[in-house]
Parts: sequence; structure tokens; C-alpha cells
Amino acid sequence: MNAHSHHEESFFRKYIWSTDHKIIGLQYGITALFFLMVGFFLMMVMRWQLAYPETPIPFVGSLFGEDGILLPEIYNSLGAMHGTIMIFLGVVPLAVGAFGNYLVPLQIGAPDMAFPKLNATSYWSYFIGGVIMMGSFFSEEGAARSGWTSYPPLADIEVGQTIWLIGMVFLITSSLLGSINIITTIVQLRAPGLTWSRLPFFVWTQLITSFLLVLAFPPLEAAAVLQLMDRVASTSFFLPSGLVISGEALTVSGGGSPLLWQHLFWFLAHPEVYVLILPAMGIVSEIIANNTRKPLWGYNSLVYSGIFLGFMSFVVWAHHMFLTGMGTAMSSFFQITTMIISIPSVIILSALLISLWGASIRFNTPMLFALAFLPMFGIGGLTGLPLGIAASDIFLHDTYYVIGHFHYVVAPGTIFALFAGIYFWYPKITGRKMNERLGQLHFWPSLLFMNGIFMPMFIQGLAGVSRRLWDGGLEYAHAAGVLQWNEFMSVSAWLLGISQIPFIINVFYSLKSGEKVDNNPWQATTLEWVAPSPPLPHVNFETFPEVHREAYEYSVPGRKRDFTPQTEPKKR
Amino acid sequence: MSSGHDVDIQSHIKVYMIVFASLAVLTIVTVAASYLELSSGEAMFLALVIASVKGSLVACFFMHLISEKAFITWVLMLTAGFFFVLMFLPLATYIDQAQIG
Amino acid sequence: MEVPYTVDERPDTGVYNAKLGVWLFLASEVMLFGGLFSAYVFLRLGAPTGAFHEWGQELNIPLATLNTMILISSSMTMVMSWASLKMNDFKKYKLYMALTLVCALCFLVIKYLEYSAKIHHHIYPSTNTFYAIYFTLTGLHGLHIIGGMVVLFYLWGPGSKMWNSKPEQFTNRIEIVGLYWHFVDLVWIFLFPILYLL
Repeated sequence: MNAHSHHEESFFRKYIWSTDHKIIGLQYGITALFFLMVGFFLMMVMRWQLAYPETPIPFVGSLFGEDGILLPEIYNSLGAMHGTIMIFLGVVPLAVGAFGNYLVPLQIGAPDMAFPKLNATSYWSYFIGGVIMMGSFFSEEGAARSGWTSYPPLADIEVGQTIWLIGMVFLITSSLLGSINIITTIVQLRAPGLTWSRLPFFVWTQLITSFLLVLAFPPLEAAAVLQLMDRVASTSFFLPSGLVISGEALTVSGGGSPLLWQHLFWFLAHPEVYVLILPAMGIVSEIIANNTRKPLWGYNSLVYSGIFLGFMSFVVWAHHMFLTGMGTAMSSFFQITTMIISIPSVIILSALLISLWGASIRFNTPMLFALAFLPMFGIGGLTGLPLGIAASDIFLHDTYYVIGHFHYVVAPGTIFALFAGIYFWYPKITGRKMNERLGQLHFWPSLLFMNGIFMPMFIQGLAGVSRRLWDGGLEYAHAAGVLQWNEFMSVSAWLLGISQIPFIINVFYSLKSGEKVDNNPWQATTLEWVAPSPPLPHVNFETFPEVHREAYEYSVPGRKRDFTPQTEPKKR
Repeated sequence: MSSGHDVDIQSHIKVYMIVFASLAVLTIVTVAASYLELSSGEAMFLALVIASVKGSLVACFFMHLISEKAFITWVLMLTAGFFFVLMFLPLATYIDQAQIG
Repeated sequence: MEVPYTVDERPDTGVYNAKLGVWLFLASEVMLFGGLFSAYVFLRLGAPTGAFHEWGQELNIPLATLNTMILISSSMTMVMSWASLKMNDFKKYKLYMALTLVCALCFLVIKYLEYSAKIHHHIYPSTNTFYAIYFTLTGLHGLHIIGGMVVLFYLWGPGSKMWNSKPEQFTNRIEIVGLYWHFVDLVWIFLFPILYLL
């Protein structure tokens, strides 16, 4: 035990360039929540245009055009940046950078991450990437507008992409460094007695997620370099021969392949969606175990399914490319792998549902969000099936059906799980609980309006309404019958925005006035609840934990308490 | 760990010398092989085989992979697997392109 | 409590933290260059039959062969510099590390000669897809050499002071940076035949 004299750290060392994983986790969390708000704001503006085409946007209209009306190019910019910001600046940094960084060392009984300085570097790389991305809005050309998918040939020649690509390089670097840190930490710094089979499922999900990031991001980084070369050095990595734009032939060598970009992009972007969902599954699992007062059903199934899911995620990517002219052999291959990958997801969802059977459920706010995750993720997952089957995907690709599908998984899916996690671990981070009443006020309307926004998207998609249309399908005859949903969805979106106000108030209010708690307010079993609330700077624990038990010893028959912390020694 | 394994290191140095010599020879072989009259597919295969041998020597002996711990070798095998996926699946989709007309 | 296993190995995994960290980093680098190799395959297939081979005839094989030998030698001197530390010979370490840096510098000089010759003959990345991928692959590789040289120089120079206070940790650092360096050599071992000889 190191009687480490706590030298006085300057404000800069304590809060800006901190190497304490808890501070870094909070830096990620606060930054990510800010970006989630920005991404949400962009969407609210887009939805005005969709609900009331070519009418001036209230309040903020002057930001988007002289007469306050959203131009198609700006709509496309908002769309591309909404996706980019939500995924790369919002959800992943929150799910992995914030939750991962803050909780992994605590849940494995370690004083910090394996590489604390690298950790700080990852955060600041993310921050710089974020500044670059946001800065693109203020550049002369404006922000990227070729979709978050940045497909060439458009992305090779369209404005705003160069900055986007440079921003992506910083963000990818941040992710790579962060995931190397998480894997090394989990493998090397587990407390004595914390064997793999005793690891909380949340830690497993962070481990698998980090492997996905470490191995899948680099090809996108390579692709980004290639696209930058196309834009800056006039190469033709992605530009085919004979390309004519606005009547003029491009004076490049040609010979490139737009499909090459798609392969390299989706090689990352498919595992990326599992990066979005796995931490959420981990968070929900912890909260369900704790609030059902039962061990998770099927721990081994959960772990093996997670590992299998991670592995399979690398071989399904071309289901995003069914319409690119692949032959039947390869289309079948990717269809089969995609169908197979649904199995571990179903196993995980089922295990979590079965975990509820016979449980004494505590319906606190984190549990409400965790419970809602289950059917919402279920809808998201099920609607993925017709997209994974090549034949039906022919009709549904690039329609609103796709948007509905992935938003169900990420929005009332992952983001609900992240809210659950914030409510659940807030007491550990701050020493105070969040207010239950405000929590309920946040939860119920959010659940309602999430469905209000995304359910009609399936209807529109099935009718054939394409995505990324600035007028929401107004010009197309086949959309006529479903256009009325646009206003409905937009109103739901704005009301969803308002429903977040109780949450924002709660976060700040509870800092000063929340119910004070000791180290284990939820009577939980995992190691983070052994540390004080908040954990000690830099070292976390007063005395270092030794693990003697599995992760979820709740309601074990014959014991006095309905939970047994992992650190409690077994009686001989 | 580094508690004076001097004897160990000496034998290692011998190995490094042999590997270095082999790498130099194989480099010559690589260039010589390029002068053979082979079809492009055969030439590619041969070049990759020789490069793989050289690469394995560097990895196994200079990078000590031959005596490295299981966890690390597993991670690398996983990486190799996905590397091949990245090499061959896009290629397969290119070959299996739908024929039009 | 400090972060454990920064120098000593963890008993069950048998490695110290930075060892695992650097291998994970190298795994990501395999995928990075993998993405570029995948691009090479795709572009070669998409080019007219034999085009890549023909365009590649402009490249200077003797120079590149020399560069291959230089890099292999630098890998040898790199591992010898680590072995010297294991045998407590700091002077030899400095010698071998300096040789490694010299090799790296020679590599870059030859690369510079190659590039300037191309540019002099008006061959640029924009000329055709072969040169696009040639310049990008060798350029990215070259950036990795430069980055490595910066770290190697630091560890040869100001950073080598750590040998006096924490010799084991310093030796580990050399091992780690050596792994990175060998990887950069490994990439070139594949780049050379693929770009210059096929």
C-alpha cells in the first residue's frame, strides 16, 4: 500500500490535463452530452422543413438562410452532420469514452487505466476532432453534406469534406488509443480473484467493443487518407473513368472505384453499430441484475453471445451494399452471415427478458429506462431482418424504413440505456441520487415521443419514401399517401426535445440538493460500489479489493442480505 | 524478468545473426524470382510466399513472437483472420459482380 | 496505489502492460495497411489487364532493393540495441541505436531520391491509380519511419537518462519501440515485392 502523499495539483492538472480516469470519463461525458444536444438541435431544424416545407424556421431561421428557409444544400449538411455528430461525437464517446473510462477501472478493482497519459491524449484528440467538425459549420464552404457515409464520387468533389475527413482522423485516433487502453486495462489490471467468469457483463461488453474499435477503425482511417488524397492531390482512388460533372469531364486519371470506398467504410461502420449497442447492453444488464435482485439469467450465454456477435460483426458489412451489383453468391454470403448475427442478439435480449421472470422489480428511473430498452431494441432488431435479406432490401434500401430501424436501436435503444446508466451511476460519481420525480417526468414522455418519431418511419419507408430528401418526399407521387406523417413525427421530435428538460434540470439540481448516499445506495454487488461515492482521486479505493465471488450474487437462499458484494470472502 | 539472463541473450544473438543473413538472402531471392517467366497470378503467389517467409522470420525472432504469451498470439491470429477477410471479401464481391447484358 | 504491472509481468498473462498495449497498436496498424493493400487489390483489378505491371516498370528496383537491405539491417541493429541493454552494456546500446537511426535516415534519403526522380519525370499520385497507391502506401510507410525516428532519437538521446534511474523500465521501452520498428520493416517486406516487382 502506497502512502502516496497527495501533492497539490494545479487546477490545470486536476481538471484540464488530468490523468485520472474518472475526470477523463467525466470530460468525455460532458462533451458528449453537449454534442448529443447539438446533433438533436440539427435534427429539430431538419424536421421543421419536413413538416412545413419551405416555410421560415422559427427562432433560429436567420442562421440557415436570409429568409429563414432551409436550402436543400443546408438540409443535406444538417443531415450529414447530424449523423456524424450523433455517432462519433455523441454516442460512442459517451458509451465508451465516458462509461468505459469511468467504470471499467472501478469494476475491476484497479486504481486507474493501464495508460493514464494515453487516456488523457485520447480525450483531447476527441476534443480536437470535435472542434474541427463543429468548426466546419463556420468555414467558407460550410459543413460536409455528403451523408455521414461520405460516398464518392460526390464526397470526392463536394464541399466541406476535407475538414470532415481531417476531423475523422482525429476522432479515429482517439478511439484507437482509447480502446487499446481499455483492453490492456481489463486484461492486466483485474483485482486478485477477479477471474474472467466473475467479470461483470458490462466489462465484457467494453472489452468486446474495444476489440471492434481497434481492428475495424483502421481501414476507415486508410479510406479517409485515400479520399483526402482524391480531394487534395487529385488522385482517383474512388473516381471512375469517364466521370462527367455538370457537362464537364473531370480531368483526373480515373480508374478508381467508388465501391472501394464503400467496402472500406462499411468494414468499419458495421462493427461500429455493435460498438453503439454493446455498451448499452452492458449497462442495461447491470441495472437489471441490481433492480430485479436476481443474478442475470444465462451469464455464460451472454458472454459467449457477445463474443460471437463481435466476431461476426466483421463479416456482414456488405448487407449495406446489396444494391451495388454484387452477384448472387456474395449477396447470399452476406445475407447468411447477417441472419446468423441476429442469433446472438436474440440470445442476449432473451437472457435479459428471462432475467425479469420471478423478480422483485424495483421500478426506479434507471430501471424504467433499462426495461424500455428491451422492447425498443427488440423493434430495432426485428426491423433489421428485412434489411438483411437481400430480396426485401431491394425495396427498403435507402428508404425511411432504414432510418426507422437504426434509430430504434440507437435512440430508444442505446440512448435510453445511457440515460439509465447516468441515473444509476450518478450517485457513485457525485455522492448524491438524482430526483425520482424528475426522472419519471423525463422517462414517460421520452418513451412516448421516441415512438412517435420513429414508428411512422416504417410506414413511410414501406411506401417507398427515400431518405435524405430535403422535402420529405413532397415531389413524389408514391409518397403522397404517407406525407401527413411528417408533421406528426416533427411534433413528436420537438416534444421529445422538451421532455429532456427535466433531465437537464435534474443533473444540475441533484448536484447540490440530491439525496446524499453512502458507497452502495443501490445495494449492488459489483466492485465500483465498494469504493466511496465519489471514489478517491487517482486511487479510487481506500483499501484494494480482493474478489471472491461472481458478479451477481443477489437473493442467494439462506443469506441475511439479498445481495453479497463480490469482495466478501467465502466462509470455509 | 531481466535478472541477468546473459547466457540466454547470447544464444538469442546467434539466432538474430542467422535470421539477418536469411533475410538478406531471401531479398535477393525475391528480386531474382521476379525475373522468372511466370504468369501474373503465379508471380504474385511466389512473391507473397517469399515475403511471408521473411515476415515470419522478423515476427518470430526479431519480435520474439515464437516465445510470446498465448494471449498476444491469439490477438494476432484474430487480427490475421480479419486482415484476410478485408483482403478477400471485397475481391470476391468484385469477381462475383452481376453481369449486365 | 500505482498502476501495477508497468514493469513487472502480470503472472497469469505473462506480460507487462506496455507489451500488450504495443501489440494491440500493431494489430491496428496491420488493419490500417490492410485497408491500403485491399485498395491496391481492388485498383489493380479495376485497371486494364497488365496496366499495373506496366506502370510499375518506371520504378527503380535496385534502389528499392538497397532500401530493403537497409531496413532489414536496421531491424537487426534495433534488436541488438535491446539485447545490449539486457546484457547491461549501455555503450553498445547507444552504438546500435545510432546505427538504427543512420539506417533509417539512409532509407529516407533514398526514398527522397526516388520521389524526386518521379516528380522530375512528371509522375505524380494523380498520374494513374498505380502511382496513386504507390505514393500513398510508401508515403504512409515513410511517415511511420519518420515517427519512429523521432521516438528512437529521443530514446537514444535525452530519454536514455532513464537507464541510470530505472534500467528495467528503460529496457522495456526499447523492447516496445523495437517491436514498432520491426513492424515497419515487416510492412516494407511486403510493400517491396508488391509495388516494385509485380
